[in-house]
Amino acid sequence: MDILYSVLDTLLPFDWAEYAFMKNALLAVWLITPLFGLVGTVVVSNRMSFFSDALGHCALTGIAVGVMMGIDNYMISMLGFALLFALLISAVLETGTSSSDTVIGVFSSTGMALGIVLLSAFGGFSKYSSYLVGDILTVQPEEILLLFLLLLAVILLWIFFYNPLLLTGLNEDLAAGKNIRVRFVSRLFSVVVAVIVTVSIKWVGILIINSLLVLPAATARNVARSSRSYLFFSVLFSMVAGISGLILSYYLGTSAGGTIVLISALLFFLSWIGGKWAGRARR
Amino acid sequence: MNPVSHEHCRCSVEIQNLTVKKHGSVILQDINLSVHHAQILALIGRNGAGKSTLLKALLGRIPCEGTVLYRDHEGKVISNPHIGYVPQHLSFDRSAPVTVCDLLCAGLQRRPVWLRPKKAMREKAAAMLHTVGARDFLLSQRLGNLSGGELQRVLLAFALEPMPDLLLLDEPVSAMDRPGIRQFYELVTSLREEYHMPVILVSHDLSHVQKYASRVALLDQTILLEGETEEVLCSEEVRETFGLPAGLFREKGGEA
Repeated sequence: MDILYSVLDTLLPFDWAEYAFMKNALLAVWLITPLFGLVGTVVVSNRMSFFSDALGHCALTGIAVGVMMGIDNYMISMLGFALLFALLISAVLETGTSSSDTVIGVFSSTGMALGIVLLSAFGGFSKYSSYLVGDILTVQPEEILLLFLLLLAVILLWIFFYNPLLLTGLNEDLAAGKNIRVRFVSRLFSVVVAVIVTVSIKWVGILIINSLLVLPAATARNVARSSRSYLFFSVLFSMVAGISGLILSYYLGTSAGGTIVLISALLFFLSWIGGKWAGRARR
Repeated sequence: MNPVSHEHCRCSVEIQNLTVKKHGSVILQDINLSVHHAQILALIGRNGAGKSTLLKALLGRIPCEGTVLYRDHEGKVISNPHIGYVPQHLSFDRSAPVTVCDLLCAGLQRRPVWLRPKKAMREKAAAMLHTVGARDFLLSQRLGNLSGGELQRVLLAFALEPMPDLLLLDEPVSAMDRPGIRQFYELVTSLREEYHMPVILVSHDLSHVQKYASRVALLDQTILLEGETEEVLCSEEVRETFGLPAGLFREKGGEA
């Protein structure tokens, strides 16, 4: 870690980079934004943005369960609950009784409300309201290692499982014909989303986590034409917004997460206009 | 079942006692069908007879009872069969940033398509397009930008590689005009002659069935009738199901 810090000191001789918490935050953003950029592409392509949003909301119940059980590290209880929640939603969706947005909507509000009720009953809700917005500046060195491992895992997954994920997202029947186990692939991806949402919610916050996941990929769609450029632009936009948002928030004294999302949104609208314009020029 | 033992026989499919139940009600009951190499079996029936359900069951998308056996030319059972599926109407996100090359390569290789495709792979994808009579400039096109006919050809190319042990075709009626449909059928017929795979075709147009199918099965929850094309099309059951005037196929052999 010390070596990393001194490298950062020589590379970034700016006053915002002097503080250890800013260095940690910068490292975390460097890891978390490509992670979100990658996973976001499949979340958007496979129409799961509402699903990931619901997982964010249910993190509150996960915290409440952790408080009730007296666990110090809420990540474990959040993770357990998010996985349970993700698999439950998938199971209900597979029965095909209601449309997916209704099912997810029901689960999402249940997860949020249950969390609020339990927290207000057992621990006082206000103590945990920091989870709503999150704070990237509180990230600790050992958590950066965790993010690094997570990014590594997702890259490995993207090397071995991207094609099945792509085909499954395009059309499940088509994927099934190629001997892809559609149900397994989509469950696996639900678990991946559950894990990364839960792990990063402390720094990003329940209210804006989904914007970070969805916006870069949605932006990339406005300009990308192939899978390769889609992934490239999504990671690029995610990192540009993350790093510039973090630095800007230091100077403006604003919340880092919120600033990053605003820049992402700005990129989205610019790319949307740019995409329309380029589309007209092609015609 | 006729014993088939030609040297170039590739594969045959036997469906035995296939039953599909959904929410307690029976959708398909005791389906017994066999399709041999280079045969086109046309599946006909009224709307809601269970044609699409049967295709989904064969694709393994819905749970079903019974067995489906795929045998190679020596009669050995193929444990992990490839099924080529060309849907009538592919419902997908038309704004998805997926090119034809992405689609074809994703079906061919394990190497993720977000890496630059190897030259050999790109050439193979182009060759697949040539097989179905499409030009290779389509490779760099987004799927959402293709016309109905182009998309149908690309899907056929996608279904044909790796060589399927069974080809499932849902008749492309909505997305194509009549000459387009005729071309599509001629392509399928010639591919069948070349590759000798069994084909199951869901059709809504009896004139196409008469022209291109080698056998016909009339489906309504179960197989009501199965046999040679002319024989089935001229039967009482088909006339009743489709409300045809008597003797239509014997005399005119035309529009349905």
